[in-house]
Amino acid sequence: MKCHSALGALILFSCALPSQGGEFDAEHRKMVDEVLADTVATAAYTGSSALSPQVVAAMEKVERHRFVPPGLVALAYLNRPLPIGYGQTISQPYIVALMTDLMKLKPGGKVLEIGTGSGYQAAVLAELAGLVYSIEIIEPLGKQAGERLQTLGYRNVKTKVGDGYYGWPEAAPFDAIMVTAAASHVPPPLIKQLKPGGRMVIPLGSQFMTQTLMLVEKHRDGSVTNRQILPVAFVPLTGGH
Amino acid sequence: MQRPPFIAIGLLSSCVLAYEVLLTRMFSIVLWHHFAYMIISAAMLGYGASGTALTLLKEKIAPHFGAVYMLAAAALAVLMPAAFWLSQQVPFNPLELLWDPAQPGRLLTVYLLMMLPFFCGGIGIGLVFAHFGRQSSRVYACDILGAGAGSLGAIVVLFFIQPAQVLTALTALALLAAAVAAAELKLRPRWLVELFAGLAVVALALPAIPLHLSPYKDLSQALAITGARVIEESSSPLGQVTVVENVQVPLRNAPGMSLNATGEPPPQLGVFVDGNGPSALTRFDGMLAPLAYLDQLTSALPYHLIERPRVLVLGAGAGSDVLQALYHGSAAIDAVELDRNVTDLVDRRFKDYAGNLYGRPGVHVYAAEARGFVNASRQRYDLIQVALLDSFGTASAGLYGLSENYLYTVEALQADLNRLAPDGMLAVTRWLTLPPRGALKLFATAVTALERNGASNPASRLVMIRGWKTVTLLVKNSEFSAKEIAAVREFCRTRSFDLVYYPGMRASEANRYNQLAQPYFHEGAVALLSPQRQAFIDRYKFYIEPATDDRPHFFRFFKWNAAAEIFSLREQGGMPLLDWSYPLLVATLLQSIAASALLILAPLALSRCRRSLPGVPVALYFLAIGFAFMFMEIAFIQKFVLFLSHPLYAVAVVLCAFLLFAAAGSWLAGRWQAANKVMLAVSAMGALSLLYLAILPGLFQALIHLPDAAKIFISVLLIAPLAMCMGVPFPTGLTRLAGTKEEAIPWAWAINGFASVVGAVLATLLAIHLGFASVILLAVLIYALAGVALRRFA
Repeated sequence: MKCHSALGALILFSCALPSQGGEFDAEHRKMVDEVLADTVATAAYTGSSALSPQVVAAMEKVERHRFVPPGLVALAYLNRPLPIGYGQTISQPYIVALMTDLMKLKPGGKVLEIGTGSGYQAAVLAELAGLVYSIEIIEPLGKQAGERLQTLGYRNVKTKVGDGYYGWPEAAPFDAIMVTAAASHVPPPLIKQLKPGGRMVIPLGSQFMTQTLMLVEKHRDGSVTNRQILPVAFVPLTGGH
Repeated sequence: MQRPPFIAIGLLSSCVLAYEVLLTRMFSIVLWHHFAYMIISAAMLGYGASGTALTLLKEKIAPHFGAVYMLAAAALAVLMPAAFWLSQQVPFNPLELLWDPAQPGRLLTVYLLMMLPFFCGGIGIGLVFAHFGRQSSRVYACDILGAGAGSLGAIVVLFFIQPAQVLTALTALALLAAAVAAAELKLRPRWLVELFAGLAVVALALPAIPLHLSPYKDLSQALAITGARVIEESSSPLGQVTVVENVQVPLRNAPGMSLNATGEPPPQLGVFVDGNGPSALTRFDGMLAPLAYLDQLTSALPYHLIERPRVLVLGAGAGSDVLQALYHGSAAIDAVELDRNVTDLVDRRFKDYAGNLYGRPGVHVYAAEARGFVNASRQRYDLIQVALLDSFGTASAGLYGLSENYLYTVEALQADLNRLAPDGMLAVTRWLTLPPRGALKLFATAVTALERNGASNPASRLVMIRGWKTVTLLVKNSEFSAKEIAAVREFCRTRSFDLVYYPGMRASEANRYNQLAQPYFHEGAVALLSPQRQAFIDRYKFYIEPATDDRPHFFRFFKWNAAAEIFSLREQGGMPLLDWSYPLLVATLLQSIAASALLILAPLALSRCRRSLPGVPVALYFLAIGFAFMFMEIAFIQKFVLFLSHPLYAVAVVLCAFLLFAAAGSWLAGRWQAANKVMLAVSAMGALSLLYLAILPGLFQALIHLPDAAKIFISVLLIAPLAMCMGVPFPTGLTRLAGTKEEAIPWAWAINGFASVVGAVLATLLAIHLGFASVILLAVLIYALAGVALRRFA
């Protein structure tokens, strides 16, 4: 408990520091430019011609250095995943942008995130949606992220520590769901909590390597279809497309 | 005249070899198993560097031989645990190797740390050789006996105690070696014997060094979850088995369950082997209804095509596939599992939890290696299920790229098909990777297996489906009927699984539910059945050539000609396309070249020894025989894995046989007066190798049913003449050099050491690309080159 309190104090302290935004502005801009270039390069493969202006604005606004461990702040704006402790990572900004874009969020929408991690993805979602509910299964991570998001002023993000399998029934249904915690299968209760017309995004792969993005769409009749998106401009056959 | 410390050298040698075996085990647990290559290479480097150090310091060391020997043994005792402990403090993360520029340096640090104990061991052993040169044959015998006892002993001991405790025992053994040396060499003060013996006893009482698993291993991830706790742990040389229970956040393992499913798995325990997994040990109370989720997996497909089948499950694990067979009303279930510690969980420790699954009527579980079981069995099955036991994370990260797997080779599928009843089916389920890799390689392997088994129209005997996370391939011993095809389509429709291929499938039926940008799987399957198959395989950017027993690297998908493109895309989402175990092997090779050049060759080149630089033929000779020996040894270990039906038996038996008979060959070479004995030995070796390559597959197939003891005896018998020939070139070269340019002998040792370090890693790399048969042929060619170089010595 002592350890958790100390960690919490550290987070509050780092968040309460005078904004270092200026210090990272150039790197932040460069990171967003890289993300934009990557999404343009992969547009033909991901089915998303360009990031929506709202997603770009969110990526520009959310300061990634607030969400990485103190020792990695200098690397915060590299377009790469970074370790955040407990065997978890903060995703690559390009993947965060792409996943957020795939959710096609509308202002005022309600989003569920399974796997809060550092809270970075939740913060990006909070810039676009009305309400974000986020559940983390690893207690210390969940507490840190919750405190961090509160300190940073994200009043529209609700977090809790617990089992994400059954979603957040009290707040259901959701316009979009993101499942960033690895699972052997998509929990049926989550599909149930998705609104008709809603979208669920699931990155598949291992830590540091997102192999595929899975986009589950729930249709008006309640049926679901799934698109598996390779987030890279790559065709497996020489000369083929 | 002082007598060599025969017992001490045996103890020291056994300690070093046991440590090498132990490290491969411990690195498999804390990181991943392919770090074994790094350990072998680090061990060789330590030995090589010790040779260089002894050469440079021999005049200073000689007067203090006894003290230095004892110090080396004591340093080995301290460094064995210390180096491992320190290596665990290095924040090396293989998964970040290509993301983080600091990681290669950390890998090098771990490598150099692991070299240190071997350096000390090498100093001790080399010192005795240098000091008792005239009795070197007897010293060599003790050294070799110790090495054999150490490597075999470590494997035996690992069946009974945990790896961390073995490390403590080895520390005590090294201190005992120091005590025995003090007694054998009659060193003063006399109390040194008591001191080191006492320290050995104290060391036994020391707490074991805890193993810190990488936080990115599956077990670490599971234990980070609130409520998780380890409820059982057992260990053997096959792996450390850990059972995790989590009442708060249940495991719920149902890999790739249909998105249409509404149920969830019953309570489960997670079973991890070496921190990888989990496979599920499912609570079973005899009621089938809670197992309905098992019908929502792609692997359930064959049960919708065959009624009440007699099933063979290859890879029973903790019982998921046996439960699936039971759920679908199988008439009889045979299941094979290599690791008895895993079957014991279901059979004993959690027997009630698992509903006495392995003891139910009609269920028989065999502790055996799958391939050996299939080859030796006389049963016929309606269905052979190859279970999906590796984890998705490790498979998708390309972690198995270097490992040999004899379950998914052409010959394995042929053997499985031969074990089937006339209308029987083989079902193989694999993780789905994108762009398609494993699925297409499996498909290509099945097509080749059917062709080799004489199927006139393989296309009529194959069905493949995919979900969002798994693919299942069915290979039938006869043509699929219209009724079966209808059942396949219905199975997929109701579960939103996609049809990849069935005989007569229309392209429009593909890619409906789990949509990809292109119907890659269907197009690939069709191409693999067309006359343009080879062109397709060649054009494909991943290596999907069928895996064979000669190139059993099923999980290798890396192709050099796509490497540049993939590497350039690494930050644009392309990182998972890089099979990262492969770059790691290349990194290990490069660092072993750099480190051995720096630590073995450079010190000699910068010292007075540079004046004794040998000529090109001498350098070539010792380089060649270093490479060739390692190539032969590594390739033949693999050739015997299948026959001995157990990777551990193969390593232990083949390694011991090679060591013992190569030593015998060296001993005989000293007494054999023929002028051209190297050429004779190389010719014999070449002839034997060619003969073995031709007859071993058939011979192994014919004798595979024999009891283990008989197979071990036959293996030793086969290896003996080859190893004896391989023992000739090294001492012969040294003797020749002693007669012409004695001062160049240290160089010869060093160059040979360098080749052994690099050869260990290079052999694996070459086998992946060329196959083990080519590695053997290459070794013969290199030996022949050495024979030519020897003629130019004078």
